[in-house]
Amino acid sequence: MTELLSLAGVHTHIGRYHILQGVDFSVAEGQTTMLLGRNGAGKTSTLRTIMGLWQASAGRISLHGRPIEHSATPDIARLGVGYVPESMAVFSDLTVKENLVLAARDGPLDDARLEWIFGFFPALKRFWLSRAGALSGGQKQMLSIARAIVEPRKLLLIDEPTKGLAPAIVVALIECFAEVKRRGATILLVEQNFFAARELGDSVLVMDNGKIVHRGEMAALASDVALQERLLGLSLETHQ
Amino acid sequence: MTDLAASGALPKPKRDVLPVLLPVILALAVAPLIGSASSWVTLTVASLAMGMMIFIMASGLTLVFGLMDVLNFGHGAFIAVGAYIATLVLLPLAPYVQADSLLTNLAVLAPAAVLSMAVSGALGLVVERLLILPVYGQHLKQILMTTGGLIVAEQALYALWGPQIIPLPLPTSLRGSFIIGDVVIAKYRLLAMLVGLVVFAGIQLVLNRTKIGLLIRAGVENREMVEALGYRIRRLFLGVFMVGSGLAGLGGVMWALYREQVHASMGNDLTVLVFIVVIIGGLGSIGGCFIGALLVAMVANYGGFLVPKLALVSNILLMVAILMWRPRGLYAVTSR
Repeated sequence: MTELLSLAGVHTHIGRYHILQGVDFSVAEGQTTMLLGRNGAGKTSTLRTIMGLWQASAGRISLHGRPIEHSATPDIARLGVGYVPESMAVFSDLTVKENLVLAARDGPLDDARLEWIFGFFPALKRFWLSRAGALSGGQKQMLSIARAIVEPRKLLLIDEPTKGLAPAIVVALIECFAEVKRRGATILLVEQNFFAARELGDSVLVMDNGKIVHRGEMAALASDVALQERLLGLSLETHQ
Repeated sequence: MTDLAASGALPKPKRDVLPVLLPVILALAVAPLIGSASSWVTLTVASLAMGMMIFIMASGLTLVFGLMDVLNFGHGAFIAVGAYIATLVLLPLAPYVQADSLLTNLAVLAPAAVLSMAVSGALGLVVERLLILPVYGQHLKQILMTTGGLIVAEQALYALWGPQIIPLPLPTSLRGSFIIGDVVIAKYRLLAMLVGLVVFAGIQLVLNRTKIGLLIRAGVENREMVEALGYRIRRLFLGVFMVGSGLAGLGGVMWALYREQVHASMGNDLTVLVFIVVIIGGLGSIGGCFIGALLVAMVANYGGFLVPKLALVSNILLMVAILMWRPRGLYAVTSR
């Protein structure tokens, strides 16, 4: 299977803190790779380092074989990488429409694609001209994801999208990600929700103390309670 | 109902109109104290004109501050340079400035203003590349670099034009006043109000109706996410910096004509005033900057009339009062 993204010996320092301590993994094209781990394990830092928001202090990051560890964030985004941060980071002073207009970097909004997105997230259509700051937490998450997929992207980096959301919205997000993957995108997804992880993940990476401590098939981890308890300190079944 | 279907309505955003009403409330509140209606109108028009000029000078600074968190203490240099550049056009063409024809006067005023904006904007490009680019994210160094830049600019103006105050007479057709009953309204103040309103409307139009404006508003709120969407925010910032510098130059021309003189220290003198306006308005807020400029001008004019001894500290008192009420300014935009 073709490798879309690969990290080799990636270290990241934030001030005097050594956050990523030699991260190695690759993400296969067209797959959904789950990135799991305890709080503070380095999952968000990994996504931010790939995105160039934090500079890797050592190691190589490549996208389709092209090194990007020294690239600026806008240049990485322009290579076809979409990013959904944990904070959602919607522009609250802008309307839903304006948020998506900005995200459509390559031109005007594509009506057919918008309708496709509205199929998953009807609230965005309803509140099209409302200020994003007035949306609920779940609706802001929908907007944040819609922003990342409003144009086709090769790779989506998504950080804990289901955190704190109602089950109905989680189901909609899962449907959305599955459809995005069917359309050819590759997804690297940080997730704590087992239901979502099991439904979406093809492969899984587990982090601890800034390193990858496990890699394998998601289905294998989902079916091995002992492995879950060893790697994550708890059973995923009890953590949904 | 779930958030997904969203069959209900969103909570109506609270319209924060109190800051907008403040200038009106202030004007009405001081009316009985001033006593004479004609004096009140004259002072109010003077305040509005002065406020518009301060707004023109401060508008770029608030966007620079809000967008990139850059403390530019050298903003006053663009004001002074703009004023000096205007003298290069207006003094040699004095016969046209003194001609008793509005069209002839405007025919020299307009190119003077455009040239001042262009030179100040170009200077902004140099300052951003040489002084600010190396110190992004380092506030203390920004203060040192830009304050140093202001001192160098001031001394360069002294070296080039000399230490003397340069008189810059108002064009003939803009001298004098319209007299309506007992009310006297200076012609130039009306022009200043008009230019200020046009600049305000233009900025609002760009910010709200263009993609660049959307990027600026989004960047003021969360520049990291703007970059993650694939936009090079430093280029955007450079553009905003240049336009802001150009507007400061325009403000400098208008201020110099208002005072009918140009002096190298005028930029330094106005820097504090401009910063007060930006802080009162809320960093990054154009609307807040507009209201802040009007309030500063009104307090200066009304205060100078009613309690002349307070005139020197009136702006500081206003800032203290506003910040005690709203610690992040009238309209807080950024979360920084």
